[in-house]
Amino acid sequence: GEEEKDGQQEEQLFSIIADIQKKITDAFEVFDHECNKTVDVREIGTIIRSLGCCPSEGDLHDMLAEVEEEEPTGYIRLEKFLPMMTKVLMERRYRPVPEDVLLRAFEVLDANKCGHLTKEELVKYMTEEGEPFTQEEMEEMLSAAVDPETNTVRYRDYITMMVVDES
Amino acid sequence: MTLLLGGISAATLLDDTASQWHFAIKAAILIQRWYRCYMARLEMRRQYALSIFQSIEYAEEQAQLQVYFLHCLPPSFLDLISHFLNSPSDFNTAGSDVQLLEYERMIVVPDSYHGPRLSFPLTVADTNSLLHAFKDQQHLHARYVLQLLHETKKVLKQMPNIIHLSTSYSKEITICGKMTYIASPTWLFCFLLQNGLPSEENPYLFNGDFVDRGKNSIEILIILFAFLLVYPNHLHLNRGNHEDHIMNLRYGFTKEVMKKYRSHGKRILNLLQDVYSWLPLATVIDSKVLIVHGGISDTTDLDFLNLFKRNKVRDHASIVVDILWSDPKNQNGCTPNKLRGGGCYFGPDVTARLLKRYNLKMLIRSHECKQEGYEISHDGQVITIFSASNYYEDGSNRGAYLKLNPDLIPHFVQYQVSKCTRKQTLHQRVSVVEWSALKSLREKLYSQRSELIAAFRQYDPNYTGRISATEWASAVESVLHLDLPWRTLRSRLVQLAPDGSVEYLSCFNDLEIEPAIKEVQPALVETLYRYRTDLEIIFNIIDKDHSGLISIEEFRQTWKLFNSHLKIDIDDESIDNLAHSIDFNKDGSIDFNEFLEAFHVVNKFENKAGHCHISNLFDSSFCFFMAWPSGT
Repeated sequence: GEEEKDGQQEEQLFSIIADIQKKITDAFEVFDHECNKTVDVREIGTIIRSLGCCPSEGDLHDMLAEVEEEEPTGYIRLEKFLPMMTKVLMERRYRPVPEDVLLRAFEVLDANKCGHLTKEELVKYMTEEGEPFTQEEMEEMLSAAVDPETNTVRYRDYITMMVVDES
Repeated sequence: MTLLLGGISAATLLDDTASQWHFAIKAAILIQRWYRCYMARLEMRRQYALSIFQSIEYAEEQAQLQVYFLHCLPPSFLDLISHFLNSPSDFNTAGSDVQLLEYERMIVVPDSYHGPRLSFPLTVADTNSLLHAFKDQQHLHARYVLQLLHETKKVLKQMPNIIHLSTSYSKEITICGKMTYIASPTWLFCFLLQNGLPSEENPYLFNGDFVDRGKNSIEILIILFAFLLVYPNHLHLNRGNHEDHIMNLRYGFTKEVMKKYRSHGKRILNLLQDVYSWLPLATVIDSKVLIVHGGISDTTDLDFLNLFKRNKVRDHASIVVDILWSDPKNQNGCTPNKLRGGGCYFGPDVTARLLKRYNLKMLIRSHECKQEGYEISHDGQVITIFSASNYYEDGSNRGAYLKLNPDLIPHFVQYQVSKCTRKQTLHQRVSVVEWSALKSLREKLYSQRSELIAAFRQYDPNYTGRISATEWASAVESVLHLDLPWRTLRSRLVQLAPDGSVEYLSCFNDLEIEPAIKEVQPALVETLYRYRTDLEIIFNIIDKDHSGLISIEEFRQTWKLFNSHLKIDIDDESIDNLAHSIDFNKDGSIDFNEFLEAFHVVNKFENKAGHCHISNLFDSSFCFFMAWPSGT
């Protein structure tokens, strides 16, 4: 009875792990242009994030350190990436930011509590604080976030739109 | 606020400003984190959209090369092809001025023709009038086209296989790769306006692929050749893999010429074939920079490349194929280019060896679509330059050209032609490309429906209609042979059951092939749809006078050849019935273009402006959300 149950659970676990590993391998292969189980280190962030994780740049740096070669070659091998990433997904680390938390974050920046940020305010925070955006990242965010009529960032609407886009 | 407040002690809360600032930083990091994740997922979608396009393109090109290598075709078919390929030229090779005059005599340009009238030798006035005429959507009369091609051939014949250029007098040389699918002659016009006309200080090199896939290939070609005649020392051309009559048959250039020039079309195409064979294969700048269309292989010998008679070689001797079809890879070695079906993948060691052997500094090539319009590989020794922006779809990629100064340092100029005047967000751009890629892929799946269903059924003996994701991916890969991330794509192609298994018949739900003739059996319809491009090529070969019509007997012949070539199991009676039903006016001839165009896949739920519909959807939803009053 007990043993059978254990056996079944074990099987289930293995199949979950196998599924996760296939997911990771698939995402990895999109960037494996040489078909030799390696990807350019600069693509690792994209791969990790596309698997549903939401690490900060700092978190990413830590993960990379785990999978880089001792003598960095500019490439990451699937061999090293797979076990690390499997563990991350199994432990459900770096969970995505829920919509309400994101909203609160914008509200914190909105010192006057007026429901919007000025373009300048957003730029200042995003490019000077935290893990600053590059100019390209900033421009791209502004192109979608700024309401052309008021020239402000109505963050509630922005968030809702982005969430719809993703689904 | 809980998450943001976590871990802050009461003492810190007393210092209001400090804690406020602390929260603000944390908030900023959170937003940045979220945003980067969103962008990464978009990037992933764009990547796999591009790999879909690329896989399909290369698989088709590969099929093309195979036809050309005549592997599996029966002898009677070879006869058919060689008849087409070796049609005798219309004039003997007496003095060329005689021939120019022959064209004058043979082809009358009517007074009603308001396009450019060229006089040879060409001058800047002629090139100007051509640019303006094409910008205004005019065509050049067949007689001038023939004369132009004739003169171009004369000029090209004088050139060696490998051209040597020097930058000693020029400020910069501009290098463009792949003009096919360039928006229009208008683009070329603006480009030349901006970058300057060819001159001693401003020479140009066009690195192959001037034709196919667009609607104005012949006009682009005419402009390039006209400039070649007017500025023979300042405008240079390398041959690309699309400067080939079989490629043209397949990728639309032949059709374009026949449509625009009708009875003169065949003569133009024949002469063009000649001209292609005389295009130089490579260029070397300052004895330091080698430029070819595709790439190299470990057997590329530049000395031999320079010596052999380039117009005599059966186009597909491997030495030429390597130059026109190879792609660089990041790992060492030289392996056959399985994706393309010809040429090879050459590694950094192959490049290094060749550059060292001939004392060269770098290799510049085109041939592959790159997202940014260019790419540097092999430690800076190989540059890929790709000038056709939006190659697969609006927004799929940027185009770029290269400017090389006398220090041989490359400087890239990127651009993107865009239909929209309002700047689209990345999400909108990616969605358009992705939608288009998935559409192509769905059509591909549909075209091999029977085979796919048979493969799926192998995993589903009890006909439950469901198989696991892994089984689905294996089955699709085994039938389509397209190396794509099927598991990742699965949710966009097919419906999933709650337990994650795949309802494999659902990917065929939205599509159907709309056959022109109702009486045709579904199996035949599917076969005709799948092989329509191959059929088109064979029809074009059979239709010797390019009238667009073939007789019922020829149709039957074609089908028999096709049957044996592809081992399709369609009986003679069905073909006969089909032939008779297609013969709408019962005069014994079939308009095969109409016939082929009639067999296309349609989305049952798509309206005529299907594509526009999707992007309008995004536009309107964007505005809608922005209209919400604040506080709701």
